[in-house]
Amino acid sequence: MTVTTAGELPDGTYDVVVVGAGVVGTAIARELARHPLRTAVVEAANDVGDATSKANTAILHTGFDAVPGSLESRLVREGQRRLAAYATESGIPVEPVGALLVAWDEEQRAALPALAEKAGRNGCPDARIIGADEVYRREPHLGPGALAALDVPGESIICPWTTTLSYATQAVRAGVDLHLNCRLHDVSRTPDGEGDGHSLRTSRGTVRTRYLVNAAGLHSDTVDRALGHDDFTVTPRRGQLIVFDKFARDLVRHILLPVPTALGKGVLVAPTVYGNVLLGPTAEDLDDKAATGSTAGGIAVLREKGRRIVPGLIDEEVTAVYAGLRAATEHDDFQIRAHPGQRYITVGGIRSTGLTASMAIAAYVTELLAGAGLGLGEPRDLEPVRMPNLGEAFPRPYQRAELIAADPEYGVLVCHCERVTRGEIRDALAGPVPPGSLDGLRRRTRARGGRCQGFYCGAEVRELFDERAEVQRG
Amino acid sequence: MRSERTVDVLVVGAGPAGLATAARLADAGEVEVLEREARAGGIPRHCHHGGFGQRTGPQYVRKLTGEAARAGARLRTSVTVTGWAGPLTLDTTSAQGLERITARAVVLATGARERPRSARLVPGSRPAGVFTTGELQQTVHLHGRSPGTRAVVIGAEPVAYSAVRTLLGAGVEIAAMITGLPRHQAAVTDAADTRLRRRVPLLTDATVAELLGRERLSGIVVRHADGRRAVIACDTVVFTGDFVPDHELARRGGVLLDPGTRGPAVDSAFRTAEPGVFAAGNLLHGAEPALYAAREGGLAAAAVLRHLEGAPWPAEQIPVRTEDPLGWVAPQRITPGGPPPPYGRFLLRTTRFLVRPHLVVHQDGRILHRQRLAHTAVPNRSFAVSGSWVGAVDPRGGTVIFTAEQRSI
Repeated sequence: MTVTTAGELPDGTYDVVVVGAGVVGTAIARELARHPLRTAVVEAANDVGDATSKANTAILHTGFDAVPGSLESRLVREGQRRLAAYATESGIPVEPVGALLVAWDEEQRAALPALAEKAGRNGCPDARIIGADEVYRREPHLGPGALAALDVPGESIICPWTTTLSYATQAVRAGVDLHLNCRLHDVSRTPDGEGDGHSLRTSRGTVRTRYLVNAAGLHSDTVDRALGHDDFTVTPRRGQLIVFDKFARDLVRHILLPVPTALGKGVLVAPTVYGNVLLGPTAEDLDDKAATGSTAGGIAVLREKGRRIVPGLIDEEVTAVYAGLRAATEHDDFQIRAHPGQRYITVGGIRSTGLTASMAIAAYVTELLAGAGLGLGEPRDLEPVRMPNLGEAFPRPYQRAELIAADPEYGVLVCHCERVTRGEIRDALAGPVPPGSLDGLRRRTRARGGRCQGFYCGAEVRELFDERAEVQRG
Repeated sequence: MRSERTVDVLVVGAGPAGLATAARLADAGEVEVLEREARAGGIPRHCHHGGFGQRTGPQYVRKLTGEAARAGARLRTSVTVTGWAGPLTLDTTSAQGLERITARAVVLATGARERPRSARLVPGSRPAGVFTTGELQQTVHLHGRSPGTRAVVIGAEPVAYSAVRTLLGAGVEIAAMITGLPRHQAAVTDAADTRLRRRVPLLTDATVAELLGRERLSGIVVRHADGRRAVIACDTVVFTGDFVPDHELARRGGVLLDPGTRGPAVDSAFRTAEPGVFAAGNLLHGAEPALYAAREGGLAAAAVLRHLEGAPWPAEQIPVRTEDPLGWVAPQRITPGGPPPPYGRFLLRTTRFLVRPHLVVHQDGRILHRQRLAHTAVPNRSFAVSGSWVGAVDPRGGTVIFTAEQRSI
């Protein structure tokens, strides 16, 4: 059970190194952990899921609107089934709220039958068109002007943070090495006589591996080029999102999607499993892979659209504005390719559906590794993991008398807005994959994530975090 | 698994208002004060400066907790009220487990908080080093930690100058204060001392356009009224003021809120629209000084005692509201035949500087009161208007409206 954050990397040669500890990289690591392999994940950030994976729309998709026959369509559908089952087993909060794809003008209404037909081909036979009366009956706070909607009952909301952390936790417990703060500089062939494989030069020294998996997200094209390929270019597509406070949750019952256009899937309004409401994302193609700031223009556009979709939303308090970068490419599908001669698998161009598809991607990549010559050995079942519940649809520690009776720390609230107890913060800090920052602690507990943003609890949460860091430093 | 019991009065929040209420309820029977923090006192517990009578914040807290205890109130800390189980029944969580407590009267005294960066929709990155005054003061005064090395303070109302003192005391250099208004809104002596002696520049008519930096704040972009932008290098930014009532519990209980203050709408006896539910202190009105919140608590206690003795809950109340440029008025309900407002005055806020404005109160086109303010009405600071006219309100009439006729600067 090894997570390292500093110092030289271990000697010897791994069977597989996965570059990138996002939701895809950690899912692959978890899948590989089922096999008797020496596996490592190297990650530039100080935490898992710290780039694209932390800032998505948190939806467990059915894939109803994917391009039928594409790799993405297949992996989203398969991944949805796998992740839904895994979430139940692991305690990852999921709420099957369903989606309504709302038509606001005649042109959009005219597009619904084709979308319904596509949904059928994508394995969602229960998607159906409903009229305005039913739309307003089911979504009474919707703004005026909705003409009809495509009802997609299978769409769910999920906690993306717990998903990534659950994969990483299970992988690490099963023996995978996770090397954080470990930025990949370049890749070379291991010199002759030292086995056929890769030598990775990182910010923490060199590490060797027989097989390499590139799950570097926004930087997957850069890694791919370092291996001599020119198959795709990642153009970061910024998505700004606004999170509204808990009182907004009563205004929205479904994931409210717009009818997609050539420019993307458009701005949605969706509940979150934490009891908030999300508005976004924008879709801005950028050059800068670090441009995760929000902008005045982006916020204004979102508020304007949000006011039309659910007018009451705009009067509610905003608890967060954030921006994520999606790894968009010039292709309309995932870019997953095996290069058996190089013992190398590219997992690029994974868009917002990557969260849903993650487990299917992992299984597929494992097959590709076997096809490239990696002897997987006999698989075994992983020790199940039970993640702390961050979802409002399930009992939280502060509501559980038996838990508090057994450990009173679960009865002492530290973060009042999000109702996070000292017991939960203690557990997260002592967990197998501990947070590298206060933001990481927030993604594990929700502490400091509420309407006051630390006015009440910020100093105490930081104190608890620093104490733990000081203990660990000795 | 939830233990149930009853008390006479349940006070939620042990800040100045809640403690002062409890201190005057010695004759009310069983009085319990619930505080979610580990220590009672509310905001003053981390205000290590004067301004609390002749005391500092923590000294004032000791006085208030002593008075509440001597009145026989049971003061419980680290107990969180998580919701309502009935009109006068609250659910709680603490290390002792889950409870359900029913009272004959509930007093909400949950206070106010500063709106953080996200609620102010300030664009940019999300680095460390972004504070409110509340978090800053707790960091420095309760945890003895350094907030940073070079700061910008957003806001120029009285609390901003508290933030300045805390920062300077912690050895933090202050690059600038920034306010979107044309002038500071604090005491003249504070503002002059900060600008001239401590040499902290105040940028007026300016806003924060963007936060910069990845893991740690590296600077802010300030935008002036004429559109000019400039970067100020800093590793710390403190968003001060812009107080909002912490109204979650009130709102969850269906208590009617006032759109101006966003706290519960109350009458002059601190009665909300829900029978048996009172509200006092800064939950009612952004942030007033702690001594004012405590005085309200004392007055609310008198109303609670009358309620316990069987005084009827008013059925008919006349709403009170303001018109632009006035921001809000408190209290927001007039009960015909009820007591005068606290100290015979209504509290008001303006959204703009108003030089000696004429204030007019009218109902259905009939002028009830006209008064010229002897001083400038300043945003983010309350001013008082006489309530001597409440007896003239038509009990069957419409909303009572406050307007200001003024020269604005």
